[in-house]
Amino acid sequence: MSFRVASSPHGHIQRKTSNVMLAVALACLPGIATQVWYFGFGVLIQLVLAISAAMLAEAICIRQRERNALLTLKDNSALLTGLLLGLSLPPLAPWWIAIIGSVFAIVLVKQVYGGLGQNLFNPAMAGYVVLLVSFPLSMTLWLPPLQLVEYQLTFTDTIMLIFTGYSETGYSLAQLRVDLDGFTMATPLDTVKTALTNQQTYSEILTGKVFSDGYGIAWFPVNLAYLVGGLWLVQQKIISWRIPTAFLVTLFTLSFITHIISPDGSASAMLHVFSGASMFGAFFILTDPVSASTTAKGKIIFGILAAVLVYLIRNWGGYPDAVAFAVLLANMCVPLIDYYTKPRTYGHVSG
Amino acid sequence: MESLVEKIKSGYMWDFPGGVFPPERKKMSLRDPIQQLPLPSRFYVTVKQHIGEKAKISVAVGDKVLKGQALTQVQGPMQLPVHAPTSGIVESITDHPIPHPSGLNDQTIIITADGNDEWCLKQPTINYLTLSKVEIVDKLKALGVAGLGGAAFPTYVKHSNSQPVEVLIINGVECEPYITSDDALMQAYAAEIVSGIEIFTHLLKPEVVVIAIENNKPKAIQAMEQACAGKTQFIVRAIPTKYPAGGEKQLIQVVTGKEVPSGGIPADIRVVTQNIGTAYAAYKAIVHGEPLIERVVTLTGEQFKKPGNRWVRIGTPVEFLLKQGEYQQSKTPRIIMGGPMMGFTLHNAQTPIGKISNCILAPSETELPPATNEQACIRCGFCADACPASLLPQQLYWHSKAKEYEKAQSYKLFDCIECGACAYVCPSEIPLVQYYRVAKSNIRLQQAEHEKAEKAKERFNARNERLEREKQERLEKHKQAAEARKAAMSQDPSAQDKVAAALARAKAKKQTDAPSPETKANPKQSAAAAIARAKAKKAKAQAQAQAETNISQNEPNVENTKLDANTQNLEPTEKTNDAPANSAADKAKAAIARAKAKKAAKMKQDEQASIASSKHDRQQEKQQETSHLTNNQDDKEARIKAAIAKAKAKRKQLGEDK
Ligand code: SF4
Ligand code: SF4
Repeated sequence: MSFRVASSPHGHIQRKTSNVMLAVALACLPGIATQVWYFGFGVLIQLVLAISAAMLAEAICIRQRERNALLTLKDNSALLTGLLLGLSLPPLAPWWIAIIGSVFAIVLVKQVYGGLGQNLFNPAMAGYVVLLVSFPLSMTLWLPPLQLVEYQLTFTDTIMLIFTGYSETGYSLAQLRVDLDGFTMATPLDTVKTALTNQQTYSEILTGKVFSDGYGIAWFPVNLAYLVGGLWLVQQKIISWRIPTAFLVTLFTLSFITHIISPDGSASAMLHVFSGASMFGAFFILTDPVSASTTAKGKIIFGILAAVLVYLIRNWGGYPDAVAFAVLLANMCVPLIDYYTKPRTYGHVSG
Repeated sequence: MESLVEKIKSGYMWDFPGGVFPPERKKMSLRDPIQQLPLPSRFYVTVKQHIGEKAKISVAVGDKVLKGQALTQVQGPMQLPVHAPTSGIVESITDHPIPHPSGLNDQTIIITADGNDEWCLKQPTINYLTLSKVEIVDKLKALGVAGLGGAAFPTYVKHSNSQPVEVLIINGVECEPYITSDDALMQAYAAEIVSGIEIFTHLLKPEVVVIAIENNKPKAIQAMEQACAGKTQFIVRAIPTKYPAGGEKQLIQVVTGKEVPSGGIPADIRVVTQNIGTAYAAYKAIVHGEPLIERVVTLTGEQFKKPGNRWVRIGTPVEFLLKQGEYQQSKTPRIIMGGPMMGFTLHNAQTPIGKISNCILAPSETELPPATNEQACIRCGFCADACPASLLPQQLYWHSKAKEYEKAQSYKLFDCIECGACAYVCPSEIPLVQYYRVAKSNIRLQQAEHEKAEKAKERFNARNERLEREKQERLEKHKQAAEARKAAMSQDPSAQDKVAAALARAKAKKQTDAPSPETKANPKQSAAAAIARAKAKKAKAQAQAQAETNISQNEPNVENTKLDANTQNLEPTEKTNDAPANSAADKAKAAIARAKAKKAAKMKQDEQASIASSKHDRQQEKQQETSHLTNNQDDKEARIKAAIAKAKAKRKQLGEDK
């Protein structure tokens, strides 16, 4: 009899990397649904574009290295990168935005560093930032929530806008952003920022169209949906509770304090936490295992650091939202954080 | 403040970080009570079954042995004898697969059973309290009682310590999935186990005894509680089920909240742990005078039609057990000795059961699917969350894989207990533990090499000093002798004559030895002659060396040629060191050198022996593998090493001389 020889342990938990990635993607579903509800089919088209570009780029890279492309694609990591990037894009951004972003994320951020597990930066966010810096105009053209636009887009309109820049009836994106009263509408955070610099008070701002009960229309439910998906991931122990908790608590505390000190000159804590990419970033971006800190203490520090950066950039930086920048900056600190937060090993006095 | 003992007694428990919850699957082997097996016809008793050194074989091929008769004799520290599992004839003593992860072969005594199963003379002690501590410890040693928990640490060693003991922990945790041998033993032999524990308490005088059992074994807990009724010093503690709660370090943490210092032993924090099975074996040994020749083995896994616990004699080949459990061969059979988390796959069905073989697991493909494809580490940190030692397994993996051993050590590689929790949860199915094992053994090899080099250097320096000293002494002696001669000459004319005669003789000899006038005239010829002479000398030296090595050690030829080559290289060194061209002087010199070499070799041997013995320190338990390596090193090996090291040192010197 000849026996198969293997090393211990012989059993294995039935949770594979591909399943982990897939679970994260599934947890995005409520968020995706809400985004589609409020922003239209554009969201889905961006997703399709970003995901296919990401997977294609990954396959080509792996082929170049003469490895089995199919096997690698099965780990679902490219799918997730494409998904996360696609969700961050303005729903009506031109088609090449998604493609360039995905290819950049996969080829230059992930594969050049050596593939899965080796990249320093979060690929989706690096792709996003490159797009934002290179094509600021296209990247900030968020159409207001469907409920607020005068002209209701059809599916064909959406496709035509993305691929040609004009709707079926010949409107451009910039024209479509104008509201019923002829105001150009932006995201809530954007609105707050512009208005504050225009010496308006916060309470005045909240009376604006994009707000309702102190929250951003559409953005509040979207954030809520990501919170739900994120909590499920935490409950499934797929992501650690530490990073999102540290991030959200810090962001809340900082904006809360500022809002107490200057209620007219700053946005409320709840608005910060439930606007822009706060929840999405906290549960889906910062928790990307590869580019986040891996130690228990490190995760907390990492979350806090990212929140502080988001807060600083939102209040004093040039961009209305800042999750992507904050994530990249925090990513750079990860090796350092990990090094100084080694846990204390059994039987040792200190770490 | 409450003392630790009070706190323990009040029911307080601690937790350890990490841990995993693999499916337990213990019911499979718990359906029936422990069964007796028929005797196999042949036993394979591995000579070294414990951590430590081999004891000396005391039987010869063809001897008739009785059940329980010692097959080896203890001659030094950290040795433990093995005993005949049944009566029969020693068929052969040869290398045979051993129950060890390495899957290697090692010295094994093969016994053909005569079927009578006839006991040797036993020496029971009804009341062991009449025995002195030393007598009990000696008995535990003579009857081969080893820790049956994991590492087969000689039990007597734990009890020869004089440090006071606060807590004695009896490990009945059995946290590995599938295995139920301790559980079954506790259910059936609780009273005997408690008697065994009392022997330990008699020796150690602990302040409190904690019998720790995982709370998934209610029947065992109940049985032990009943057996301990009325003994206030004994606490039966149901601890939460979490793997690896049964690891010695983790159990100590759970029971006492203390941690064994890195590189230390439990006794350092006044704790001693013993396994349930060990307590039973101690009871058998002291009260019944029976050596450790039998243990409970769990046969389990879906490939067994009749799983369950069996009493199995040490030395029973696994193949016999497979038959007894009606093992169904699958397409890619896999037999695991031990549990699914830390057990190892067997290469050979003839591998025997050893003192620590607690389980034979034959899983089907579906219940324990083999790892399929190793993917890249995604730094998810699941492994770090699972690690009971609070290590960062992904960093260890990273550095182990890249062979950055120093960095791996800075991440405390050697504090890894190889529990496999990290690899169990790794979503990328990376065989992490395997990487650690390879890294550990490579580091140990490097360290051994380094030590060897250091020692060689020391020896080299010592030798230089000695040579210098001897040279001075020689000069001194010559001077004295010359003075004495002068004095004598001036007094005694006949002596003067004698000296003159001697001088003449020496001259004559020199002429025959030294190049003759004709050859002087022909430089080519003289060179040839010199070469021929050198060759002859070399050959002679070689022959001598060979003779010497042949006498002093019966080594395979390869070794001889190696040594020869070395001595050949060495010869010129001796020459350059000791100038005289006189062949007579040369001979004497050679003889002296030979004697010296012999002496040095002997010294070296002693030195190594003493080093080896001083190594049975606390690290022994930890460094299983190293000890396995070093312990194989018998006389023979030590001698070879000494010779090689010596030769190396000399060669180095030669290099420098040149
Ligand atoms: S569990 Fe596996 S994949 Fe995750 S960090 Fe550890 S080694 Fe890497
Ligand atoms: S095998 Fe080592 S590194 Fe892995 S969990 Fe166990 S102790 Fe930690």
